[in-house]
Amino acid sequence: MRLHNNPHVTTRRCRPMLAALGCAAMLLTAAQGAYAEQKFGFGHPISQQQLAAWDINVFADGGNLPAGSGTVAQGRDLYAQQCASCHGAKGEGGLGDKLVGGKNTLASDKPVKTVGSFWPYAPTLFDYIRRAMPLTAPQTLSNDQVYAVTAYVLQLNGLIPEDAKLDAKSLAAIRMPNRDGFVPDPRPDVPQAGGDANTSAQHKAIEQAH
Amino acid sequence: MNTDSFSEENLVVADSDAQSKRRQFLRHGAAAVTGALAASAGLRSAIAATPPAAAGDAAPAAQGTLSIPPWSTQPGAQVGSHPYGTPSHFESGVIRHLRKTDKQYFSSSTRSPLQELDGIITPNGLFYERHHNGIPDIDPAGHRLVLHGLVEQSLEFTVNDIRRFPSHSQIYFLECSGNPGYTVHAKTAAEANGLVSCAEWTGVLLKTVLKEAGLKPEAKWIIAEGADGAGMTRSIPLEKCLDDAMLVYSQNGERLRPEQGYPLRLLLPGYEGNMNIKWLRRLQVADRPVHSREETSKYTDSLPDGKAREFTFVMEAKSIITSPSGNQQVEGHGFHEIKGIAWSGKGRITKVEVSVDDGKTWQAAVLQEPVLSKALTRFVFPWQWNGESVVIQSRATDETGYTQPTLDALVEVRGVNGTYHNNAITPWRVAADGKVTHALA
Repeated sequence: MRLHNNPHVTTRRCRPMLAALGCAAMLLTAAQGAYAEQKFGFGHPISQQQLAAWDINVFADGGNLPAGSGTVAQGRDLYAQQCASCHGAKGEGGLGDKLVGGKNTLASDKPVKTVGSFWPYAPTLFDYIRRAMPLTAPQTLSNDQVYAVTAYVLQLNGLIPEDAKLDAKSLAAIRMPNRDGFVPDPRPDVPQAGGDANTSAQHKAIEQAH
Repeated sequence: MNTDSFSEENLVVADSDAQSKRRQFLRHGAAAVTGALAASAGLRSAIAATPPAAAGDAAPAAQGTLSIPPWSTQPGAQVGSHPYGTPSHFESGVIRHLRKTDKQYFSSSTRSPLQELDGIITPNGLFYERHHNGIPDIDPAGHRLVLHGLVEQSLEFTVNDIRRFPSHSQIYFLECSGNPGYTVHAKTAAEANGLVSCAEWTGVLLKTVLKEAGLKPEAKWIIAEGADGAGMTRSIPLEKCLDDAMLVYSQNGERLRPEQGYPLRLLLPGYEGNMNIKWLRRLQVADRPVHSREETSKYTDSLPDGKAREFTFVMEAKSIITSPSGNQQVEGHGFHEIKGIAWSGKGRITKVEVSVDDGKTWQAAVLQEPVLSKALTRFVFPWQWNGESVVIQSRATDETGYTQPTLDALVEVRGVNGTYHNNAITPWRVAADGKVTHALA
């Protein structure tokens, strides 16, 4: 199985040449090479206009944010109707995640990760609310409504004023407090000094637990 | 039946359930069978002739006189009575483990009962689950995959279109990145590591489908999106998409189960489960990652200094002893086979070592074939238990030379708030009475 990336194709290609026994390995390589170059013509061309309703990825820099706008005040009303039952009246959390607070907790023993304390990009909030919220009726809010709720959650976190109105440009311009809080993956990150160092630490831990 | 069920709550329920069924059977077995076969007069007289005592001795005795069990003296269920087969009802306790303390169950998980399983393939009904807004009920005829962005030609595929491409089958493990957290000392193997499973996946290599649309030179990432109510979205480096990534429609020979992404999912061998987008509806080719909620505020690994690691994709080498394991009972001194699984997102497992003396010494376990890249590998180790309280544990090494660390070694570097990618050794204590518990609990 490991050797035959695609036995189906190999078999099909080899069949007319069964007489040439022993060629299997070479043919496998050749067949896969050809197969890798091949186009099949499956699928149907689709225009940007046709796929627009699904084209909802909003990039961290605000790329692909739609037209429209919403105010904090509009968002406050919508939030009360659509969000508060899970996230709390002021974003304090409940059935759903806590959305507000947690400032200066990330380096503590109990980091509180909220939109205000942890999320690195404001446009991501628009992206997520539009695609996934409210949990019971995702992808039902209009773009204006999503701007409004986004504005209200950001205002609850003290990141925009109460009279703010958000659109593509102003949302992308917000700098989140934890914008520089992320680092690349350094793994493997655990010293591989050999099993012995690990072994004695483990032995100690087990003894303590016992 | 299973003295080794997955949680104390389940243990009680499962055992009492099975015992009550068994008692019921023993008590009423002969009578029920007689009734069921009432139409068959000839057989009926044969069964009526069965001494009632025989049913009461249904379980063949280890010592003493054997009797003929009732299932040997009557026909079984009619052929075709189970058009889609299920396990014996005596195994009804072997189910996915659901944590009972969640606030809601739209975004939650179930764990594979590792301690109940053999081999390297997880049965489809026991494959672990992690959903972010429930399990959608998708009509494959209405499902579409759209491939767009930095491509020469945007394309829309039906499921049948995808199935027309040359097929590719491979056995790979899949593991949730939070398997488990850094502070969880689970009671059972399922609770400890049950967010891993392994299957034979069939579909088409993603690179084959990408070729149809033609990638533009600026393409560097592909953003995958699910059709579920979470619209799960993750960014995947293009190199992975052009390597072993698959679009999958079948699992262990049959169509994907709804819980696993029916009718179409992404599979990224060795990468954290969350990126393997289920119910796949869209692939956007881009020059940068999207930084979705699921790759910024979730699925990033918090460190003690307040920073968090992002784009932590690979699941590093890991192993766990599944037998004997937490909540199980070692019965009798003498020979026991220690059994477990090992896996690595970076390739093949080359070695599993087992310690049966509280971690003082380690010996090589036997790896059972097949040993496949990025798949569960089964290991066994012969063990003589002399009845003393002792800690048993396993550690895996993969083909990169990386060896599975202890929890202490991980926590030393990462702290305890990382949530994800804990691949630590799980040590089990076997007490003098044979009871098995987590040694760090």
